Amino acid sequence: MIQVLSGQLLVGLINGSFYALLSLGLAIIFGLLNVVNFAHGAQYMLGAFVAWMGLHYLGVGYWWALILTPLVVGLLGVVFERLCLRRLHGLDPLYGLLLTFGLALVLEGLFQNAFGISGNSYPVPEALQGGTNLGFMYLPRYRAWVVLVSMTVCFTSWFVIEKTRLGAYLRAGTENSALLQAFGVNVPLMFSITYGFGAALAAFAGVMAAPIYQVTPLMGSSVIMVVFAVVVIGGMGSIVGSIVTGLGLGLVEGLTKFLYPPASDVVVFVVMALVLLLRPAGLFGRPR
Amino acid sequence: MRALSEGRGHASVASKWAYALLVVVGLSAPFFAYPVFAMNVLCLALFASAFNLLLGYAGLLSFGHAAFLGSAAYLTGAAVKLWGLPVELGILAGTAVAALLGLIFGALAIRRSGIYFAMITLGFAQMIYFLVLQAPWTGGEDGLQGIPRSKLLGILGLSGNLPMYYFVFALFLVGFWVIHRTIHSPFGQVLRAIRENEPRAVSLGYDVDRYKLLAFVISAGLSGLAGSMKALVFQSATLSDVHWHRSGQVVLMTLLGGMGTPLGPVVGALVVVGLENYLASYGSWVTVITGGVFMACVLSFRRGIVGEVLALVKRSF
Repeated sequence: MIQVLSGQLLVGLINGSFYALLSLGLAIIFGLLNVVNFAHGAQYMLGAFVAWMGLHYLGVGYWWALILTPLVVGLLGVVFERLCLRRLHGLDPLYGLLLTFGLALVLEGLFQNAFGISGNSYPVPEALQGGTNLGFMYLPRYRAWVVLVSMTVCFTSWFVIEKTRLGAYLRAGTENSALLQAFGVNVPLMFSITYGFGAALAAFAGVMAAPIYQVTPLMGSSVIMVVFAVVVIGGMGSIVGSIVTGLGLGLVEGLTKFLYPPASDVVVFVVMALVLLLRPAGLFGRPR
Repeated sequence: MRALSEGRGHASVASKWAYALLVVVGLSAPFFAYPVFAMNVLCLALFASAFNLLLGYAGLLSFGHAAFLGSAAYLTGAAVKLWGLPVELGILAGTAVAALLGLIFGALAIRRSGIYFAMITLGFAQMIYFLVLQAPWTGGEDGLQGIPRSKLLGILGLSGNLPMYYFVFALFLVGFWVIHRTIHSPFGQVLRAIRENEPRAVSLGYDVDRYKLLAFVISAGLSGLAGSMKALVFQSATLSDVHWHRSGQVVLMTLLGGMGTPLGPVVGALVVVGLENYLASYGSWVTVITGGVFMACVLSFRRGIVGEVLALVKRSF
C-alpha cells in the first residue's frame, strides 16, 4: 500500500520536475517576448530525438547529449526567432501563439514521417543504472538524478534571473523593453538569446526525459497541454510560482493515480477549473 | 485581435452578390463535386464560421473548439444509434449539449483574457478528449461507427447522398444566417467594440463578460450543430473530432480564409479540406504542410484570402 503510494508520488515528482522545467522556460520567454511558445513541447520532443539520433547515428552518449542537445536546439530557436518570430513583434500576442503552433505542427509532422508514432527507447546511462532500496520503496537512481538535476537547473535559473546583472536586464526588459533599449541595451539580441535559452531548456528536459519515457514524435504535444494548464494555474508572473506549481501538480497527478487512476489524465484540468473559479488570476499571478 | 471590419456602401452590395454566389454554388455543388466532399466542406465551413464569430468579431481566440464539434458528434451518434432517437432530435441534442458545454467552459474561460483564454480552452478541450477516450459508450480508439441516417421527420429518407447533401446545406444556411444576424445586430456591434477596446466598452456601461459569454455559447452551439451534421454525414464520430488538431484546423481555416469577414471561413474551409483531400495519401506530410501554411499565414498573409480580396476591392474603387 505505502509502496504503491510512494511509487506513484515518485512518478508524480518526476512528471512535476518536467512540468516545472518546461513551464519555467515558457514563463521566461513569455515574460520578455510576450509570446506563448506553443512549440515548447515540440522543442522538448526535439531534444529527446536529437539525443536519440546522436546515440544511434553518431554514438554520442548521454552525458555529451545533455550538453550538446540544448545547444543545437537553442541555436535552432535563435534562428527561428531571428527569421520568423521577430517579424511579429508589436502585434497581438495571439499571432505569436499561432506562429509557434504552426512550428509545432511542422516539427511533429516531420518526425512522425521519419520515425512513425511508435516509441523508441533510450538506454539509461551506465553510471545511473540500478537503484537503492529505501525500506518503504525502491528508488531507481536515474529518477533521483532527474529530480535533483531539475531542481538544480530551476534554482540556478531563478538565481540568475533574480540575483545577477543579466537577470536584472531580463527583468527590466520584461517590465518595459522599449525603455531598456533606450538605455543602450541590445534588446533584439536579448530577445534572440532568451528565446534560444527557453528552447534549450525544453531540449534539456527532453534529453532528461528520453530514458524515462518513450521517445516519440507525440511526446511533446501531450506534455505541452498539461504545462499550459500548469501555467494557467500558477500564473506566468513569477519564476518561483511556475516551479512550485509544476512540482505540486505532478504530485497531485501521482496522488490521483493512486486514489482513482482513470481521473489522472484530467485532474490537472479540473484543478485549473477550480483555480479559475476561486482565484482567477492564478495562484501566483498578480490580478490585472 | 484587429481584423478587417466589413466596409459600407459598395462593399455591402458586393457582399449581397457574394451571398447569392454562395447559395448558387451550394445548390449546384453536388453536380460537379463529390457529395461527401461537399458535405464535409459545409460542416467545417459552418464550424469555422461559428469560430469566426468568436475570433473575428469578439476577438477571443479559443483553442478548444474541437470539444464542441466532437462532443456534439458523439452525442448525436449515441442518440441516433444507441437510443434510437430520430435524426432531428439527435441533432438538437448534440447542439444543445455543445451549447451547454460552451456555457460552462465559457463562464470559466472568460475570467481570464488574451493568451490565457486560449490556453484555458485548450485545456478544457483536452479534458473532453480524455473523457471521450475513456467513456464506456464512445468506442474508445475506434469511435462510434455505423450511425444510421434514418428518415427525417419520419418521411424523408437521408440514406442517399443527394438528399443528405441538401439537408446539410439547409442546416448550414440556417447556421450561417444565425451568425449573419448576430454579427449585424446591436449585439454584434458591442462585440466589435469589446474587441477593439475592452476598457472603453466597460466604461460605456456594457457588461462585457455577459456579451463575451453569450458569443461563446452561440459559437459553441453552432459548432455543435456542425459536429452533429458531420456525425450523420460520415455516419461515425471519431477521436479526431475531439483532438486538438481539429481545434488547430478551425483556427487555420478562419485565418487562411480571412478572420472577421463573413465569407472568409467558408473559403478557408474549402481550401483546407481540399488541400487535405489532395494530400490524403501523403500521411504525416499533411501535418507538416498544415503547419507550414499556418506559419506563412501568420507571417505574411494575416488578412486571409477574403480579407486580401476585400482590401484589393477597397483600393481599386
